[in-house]
Amino acid sequence: MKTSTFIRYELMRNFRNRRFFVFTIGFPLALFLLIAVPNRHEDNLGGSGISAPLYFMVGLAALGTMNAVVGGGARIAFERVTGWTRQLRLTPLRPRAYFGTKVAAAYLSALLTIAVLYAAGIGLGVSLSTGAWLQMTALLLVGLLPFAALGIMLGHLLGVEAVGPTIGGLSGVLGFLGGVWFPLGDGVMRDIAQALPSFWLVQASHVSLGGPGWSTTGWLVVAGWTVLLSLLAVYAYRRDTARA
Amino acid sequence: MTETTVVKLEGLEKSFRTPKGPLAAVRGVDITIAAGEIVALLGPNGAGKSTTIDMLLGLTRPDAGTVSVLGGAPADATGAGAVGVMLQTGSLIRDLSVRELVTMMASLYPRPLDVDEVLQLVGIDAIAGRRTQKLSGGETQRARFALALVSNPQLLVLDEPTVAMDVESRHAFWATMRTFASQGATVLFATHQLEEADAHADRAVVMAEGRIVADGPTNEIKAKVGLRTIRATVPGAPLAALMLPGVESVERRGEAVILRCTDADRALRALLEAFPEARGIELAGAGLEQAFLELTSVNGGSELPVKEIVQ
Repeated sequence: MKTSTFIRYELMRNFRNRRFFVFTIGFPLALFLLIAVPNRHEDNLGGSGISAPLYFMVGLAALGTMNAVVGGGARIAFERVTGWTRQLRLTPLRPRAYFGTKVAAAYLSALLTIAVLYAAGIGLGVSLSTGAWLQMTALLLVGLLPFAALGIMLGHLLGVEAVGPTIGGLSGVLGFLGGVWFPLGDGVMRDIAQALPSFWLVQASHVSLGGPGWSTTGWLVVAGWTVLLSLLAVYAYRRDTARA
Repeated sequence: MTETTVVKLEGLEKSFRTPKGPLAAVRGVDITIAAGEIVALLGPNGAGKSTTIDMLLGLTRPDAGTVSVLGGAPADATGAGAVGVMLQTGSLIRDLSVRELVTMMASLYPRPLDVDEVLQLVGIDAIAGRRTQKLSGGETQRARFALALVSNPQLLVLDEPTVAMDVESRHAFWATMRTFASQGATVLFATHQLEEADAHADRAVVMAEGRIVADGPTNEIKAKVGLRTIRATVPGAPLAALMLPGVESVERRGEAVILRCTDADRALRALLEAFPEARGIELAGAGLEQAFLELTSVNGGSELPVKEIVQ
């Protein structure tokens, strides 16, 4: 059994899907250019201490990767409808490996989104130390874990028609509350936002200020959501397959 | 591999909840299949064939009874990659070519067959480069068959495999199945067509209303359920005189007589020869569904319905 072959074809399917490119790369890139180009000389966006190009680069990378990772898991909904998951249950592929494949493919897609946004950001003058780039990327990848679990959960919970609207709505709300479009000032909204995993994805840009990027609260929030959503994903999977 | 048991189903029962109350889909099924057998699971729609297959594969948990596949639980057999399956419904995942999809499937198994060989065997080598979403219904079915075969299974399970196929695809399909089975694999396929069971299986297990009503060599089964009836008006003929060659029983229905035949062709020739004045002749297949029901105790021995003739 060669799981690498299986993952390779899974990725190929992703990259051949035009909608994937539009929504996970084209969409965030276009929005980034639209919002960051006019503000490219803003060095301290909304008092955050972070330049506008850097802030929006990470914000829209967060939005794009969020979509890529949730959408990757939610593809399970389509594979359930076509009977493909039933077919796979009759092969040596274990459910854990199946989810692993989905998450790996989603993460590789996310890396591509990140690379494209970074390139665009550098084009607008974003400049960071190598260490800061790596640290920021690592925080983004860790911050995506709850979304990977969310995607798998939705893939088992939703019908095919509901997948698109649900992901669109969720990423809109989570992106807005997470501060993708502007830094959140102190207040009730920020207090709420801090409890959301999307907030901490966007906060990855804070590595440019020196320090760890995330506070202890950040790590706890991300870990908490990862555990909670993973348990819900397992529950949704069990409920779905034990139906018969 | 001789005389080993590949499949053993004992006392299987399964009910489903429906809005109209519980529906007993399978009510006590026992089947034992030895290595190398080609077995048809034959029955009309709703007989419980698919539910039985789902339980055999571990996709559905039985309410009662036990399932053993290759000496273990179904999940162990499928998990080891020993079972190739073509389920009744299912389409292919998109954005891959036929060859890529079959290769992807092959990568999951410990001892897969050569992908190109399988494509050729199934007769889809000419469309190997085509994207799966661009295949016709028959091509899709053949690609699904390739997915079942590429695992090089000891047991091949096919649930109504030819339903979406055209005549040509069907011929190719059964020829391929035969070729593959000749290498020693065990095959179980579900069908509601007596002809398919007769032509391609050594043994038929007949299901009706969730039970097994017959189990034996296909030629015997065919003789049992393949009855046809002749209805005719034969003025003045005594019933006893109508017990012609090929006729099993005779009964009078008003003006007409009904001959139940084991060999309708022969009976018809004899009828016309003995009674040239016979008129209003109608030949009817028993209808497989009715024939199956004949085999059940519920309906056993009752007459086969023949369409009323308006004279």
